[in-house]
Amino acid sequence: MNFMEFFWILQVLIGIGLLVSAIVAIRFKNLIMAVIAMAVFSLILSLEFYVLQAPDVAIAEAGVGAGLTTAMYLLAIKNTTDEEVIE
Amino acid sequence: MTTTIIKTTTKILAPLILVFGSYIILHGHLTPGGGFQGGAVFASGLALLIVANKYDAVKSLFEKAPLSVFESIGALGFLGMACLGFAGYTFFKNIIANSGFPLFGGKTPTGINPGYLNTGGTLPYMNIFVGIKVLAGLTSIVLVFFLIMRRERDEW
Repeated sequence: MNFMEFFWILQVLIGIGLLVSAIVAIRFKNLIMAVIAMAVFSLILSLEFYVLQAPDVAIAEAGVGAGLTTAMYLLAIKNTTDEEVIE
Repeated sequence: MTTTIIKTTTKILAPLILVFGSYIILHGHLTPGGGFQGGAVFASGLALLIVANKYDAVKSLFEKAPLSVFESIGALGFLGMACLGFAGYTFFKNIIANSGFPLFGGKTPTGINPGYLNTGGTLPYMNIFVGIKVLAGLTSIVLVFFLIMRRERDEW
């Protein structure tokens, strides 16, 4: 397996992972599980940035997307309720 | 949220994350990353510490930590380092590089080299100031989210 085949296989896998984690984040009724799915989405997106040779953006995405926004969402959910309310 | 799993994980992971954030800030002119990325990593480590500790401990600790002062120091220090370029040159002129100043003023080697920390002139100073500003701002956001919590019981 040469480099380009590995590159394209990785691209397809990352695309499928992004799609699945995004759909899961929308579909889950439990908000904590949805937030964890968003953290997974952010982590896979940072892997994609790293593969596309932008390690700066990858570090920023991993730090802000997977670390800080997850902590903020979890604290906000802890202050309210963790079930989706449909009026 | 202060269960045994989170406490133990935080004890092991938080020092590593803080050291990694400091490394990214300090080596901003040599390796990928810089002030903003290192500050975000450092702030996520502090957010882990905030989430894993009790309400009273966090409140008593961050009453003594001057986060707004840190943010002002970051902005004013960045502008001050930029204004150093007015010494005969223009705004943002890098006057410390290759000047022999003992801190970050070493001579930059040409060609392929492993990367020497004592080079770069004003860039490491600017990275440090931006890192201080970013970590103070992001930490204060998480801290406000934590401190306005009304329910203090540990439910999950």
